Amino acid sequence: MNFHNVTLDNGLQIIAELNPQAHSLALGYFVRTGSRDETGEVSGVSHFLEHMAFKGNEHYSADDVNRIFDELGARYNASTSEEVTLFYAAILPEYLPRTFEMLSTLIHPTLRQEDFDMEKNVILEEIGMYEDQPAFTAYEKAMQAHFAGHPLGQSILGTTDSIGGLTSEQMKHYHDRHYLAGNITLAVAGNAKWSNLLQVAEQQCGGWPGGLTERPTEEARPEGAVKIVTKQGSQQQHLMQMAPAPAARNDLRFAAELLTVIVGDDSGSRLYWELVDPGVVEVAELGYNEYDGSGTWLTYLSCDPESTVENIERISDVYEAVNRDGVTADEIAQAQNKVASRIVLRSERPMGRLSSLGGNWVYREEYRSVEDDLRAVRLITRESIRDLLDVYPIGQLTTVAVGPLETLNGNGRADAAKSSG
Amino acid sequence: MIDQNIHSHVYDNGLTLLVESMSYVQSAAFTFLVPAGSIYDPPGRCGTATVLSELIVRGAGDRDTKQLSAALDSLGVQRHESPSSAHLGLTGATLSDNLPATLRIYGDIILRPHLPNDQFETARAGVAQSLQALEDEPRQKIFLELRRRCYDAPWGLPTEGTLECLQVMTADEVRGHYEHCFRPDKSILGVAGNVDFDQIKELVGEVFGGWQRLPEPGFEADPRGKQHDHIHHDSAQTHIGIAYEAVPYRHPDYYAAWAAVSVLSGGMSSRLFTEVRERRGLCYAISASLSSLKDEGRVLGYAGTTTERAQETLDVTLHELVRLGEADGDLSNDELERCKARAKSSLIMQQESTISRSSSITRDWYHLGRVTTLEEVRNRVEALTVEAVLSYVREYPARDFTVLTIGPQPLEVASEFS
Repeated sequence: MNFHNVTLDNGLQIIAELNPQAHSLALGYFVRTGSRDETGEVSGVSHFLEHMAFKGNEHYSADDVNRIFDELGARYNASTSEEVTLFYAAILPEYLPRTFEMLSTLIHPTLRQEDFDMEKNVILEEIGMYEDQPAFTAYEKAMQAHFAGHPLGQSILGTTDSIGGLTSEQMKHYHDRHYLAGNITLAVAGNAKWSNLLQVAEQQCGGWPGGLTERPTEEARPEGAVKIVTKQGSQQQHLMQMAPAPAARNDLRFAAELLTVIVGDDSGSRLYWELVDPGVVEVAELGYNEYDGSGTWLTYLSCDPESTVENIERISDVYEAVNRDGVTADEIAQAQNKVASRIVLRSERPMGRLSSLGGNWVYREEYRSVEDDLRAVRLITRESIRDLLDVYPIGQLTTVAVGPLETLNGNGRADAAKSSG
Repeated sequence: MIDQNIHSHVYDNGLTLLVESMSYVQSAAFTFLVPAGSIYDPPGRCGTATVLSELIVRGAGDRDTKQLSAALDSLGVQRHESPSSAHLGLTGATLSDNLPATLRIYGDIILRPHLPNDQFETARAGVAQSLQALEDEPRQKIFLELRRRCYDAPWGLPTEGTLECLQVMTADEVRGHYEHCFRPDKSILGVAGNVDFDQIKELVGEVFGGWQRLPEPGFEADPRGKQHDHIHHDSAQTHIGIAYEAVPYRHPDYYAAWAAVSVLSGGMSSRLFTEVRERRGLCYAISASLSSLKDEGRVLGYAGTTTERAQETLDVTLHELVRLGEADGDLSNDELERCKARAKSSLIMQQESTISRSSSITRDWYHLGRVTTLEEVRNRVEALTVEAVLSYVREYPARDFTVLTIGPQPLEVASEFS
């Protein structure tokens, strides 16, 4: 395994973890732009632009782009988050030059008006699709409520209104400001030669406009909120809760990741034994999300509406005990083994390495090998968990509930029955 | 040439062991298929196998529930218990050094589970919660309901069970399912990873050698549900499920069937994606894939679209499906070559995942009684011609559709498609 990196004259960064034994190769452009970088009137433009990337440029039509990627047998796609838009492909090593060319065309699409109008329909359908997923609705509303007034609270998809009103000129303007070489990292994992990579990268990306967009990354100071979205037709109550956790550049993040495995993993964790194993909920999990400058503890609960309030209390009890007493050495050892095996299994595919390689660079300009990650997990002790909890106790500061309940004041179902009957 | 090192061994009690040694990885994965799937659920007790899959890890051998979970966590095992129509599947993956100790624990789970009375209620409640949650996920629910309408019972019955069946199910019935169905003959254990065949063979013989054969349990077939149906749901989108007949995995024409579905839905240049999403902007999600039981196969299609555009989406989708198999239907060599390119890279990339290899070799053995090498698959795919694929779709055209919708309004299946 060899690591290489270079910054082109225009500011584009290239990082590669190369392994001549690998069967495949994964590459991705990590563009440092997402919903937090948007203004309200173009809400959803980053994600819409990600779709438009596949509509081609002056050399290739939308059909060409799809056809050529398929001819290369590529597994390719893109994603948009609050902070990063990612375009990636996993391929057999021999297809590097052509795949590189196609992936690069995605970064500067032509944004033809007829393609823009047609794709707008697809985006509106995607919004409709997520509307039918209560867990997603709960997540989106929780981000809005938790980060109210902070850019991280901005919706990734946008709304039917903001997308409906968006023009291709606005999108072009956004593209010009954000798709600058200084905002872009090209990450490569797997079987390739560094010299070949450099050569095609110079060829494809050397002429891209330079520049870097400033992003304010002040840590959010959420005040907390409770929001109920009543959906009468829904069977289950879906609940997302958030509280502040370490930001992406904070070294407490390693302890935070391990702690979520101990407290809120989908099996064998404290929430599992307290709520899932006894069959009182469908899901009760704790996750940790890191962002530029901020972080969240994220609790997800899905259960029978009647027992929602009870279950929230059960979760509070679990968190209180952890915040007060920490966790045991046995729990740490067990979680370390679980996480180590996950890291190794994921790393066996170049595609599995790509996201951690790119993520570490975009957020921290840091390269971490699989061994570095394993070592960081092994070094966590009861004391490091204590240090974390002293600064970022696990909490339920913001709550968003989606489901039949109209209130979370003890007996939501009775109230709901009263108001409807 | 794709190099693989695959061995098989059938023990005296009928248990089959398959091992693919992959010296270039650090992990190992296993797939254990026990012939105790939902087709053997007692009549009116649909979901029994699923409750059993919840209960079977609640204590085994000399460990109680928590000790069992802790032991597997300490070995770093990522595990999953998944019932299907034919099998109860137990899968796991971890560092290869931990595999022997892991398999010993699975010996306890499979041969000496506690199936404790006092955990039955909680296991059943967990399954009921999942069913409730499914009601809020029409995009997932539609596949379960579509299977019910395109396969006869018990093959098409929901493995997950129904709330009515769960309510009347007893702990004894779940234990009965274990006692009648858990048997070594027809059980398949597939292992892939950095392991040595002889060592695993000896270990598995020692752990599972004493497992006793049982007679094959029976089941009764019943007709499937309505061919054209609608389930009302106050959703933003109308969810459309479409099914039609295809050949099963073991059929000589399977690769032609695979290519036909791949032309329709194999990539972003495939016909459904191009015609329904790219050219008309009718939906975000559209797909079709092959589903195979041992003796029957189906193409299962899905599209999700807002209600105003749902009828057009259904019409355009059915039209595309039918068009490929028409007497004057065309297929270009370029389309076929794209399918081949995608197949080739996916075959090579399978070698990077012990989980996908252990599941592939086990699935092969169940369907074919042998393991197909990646090289053989590549040759079969390479040998496909436009003529062979067209001759398949003319012999098995997309018609006689099962169509199910979930959403605010029912749709019409035009007479030319029904």
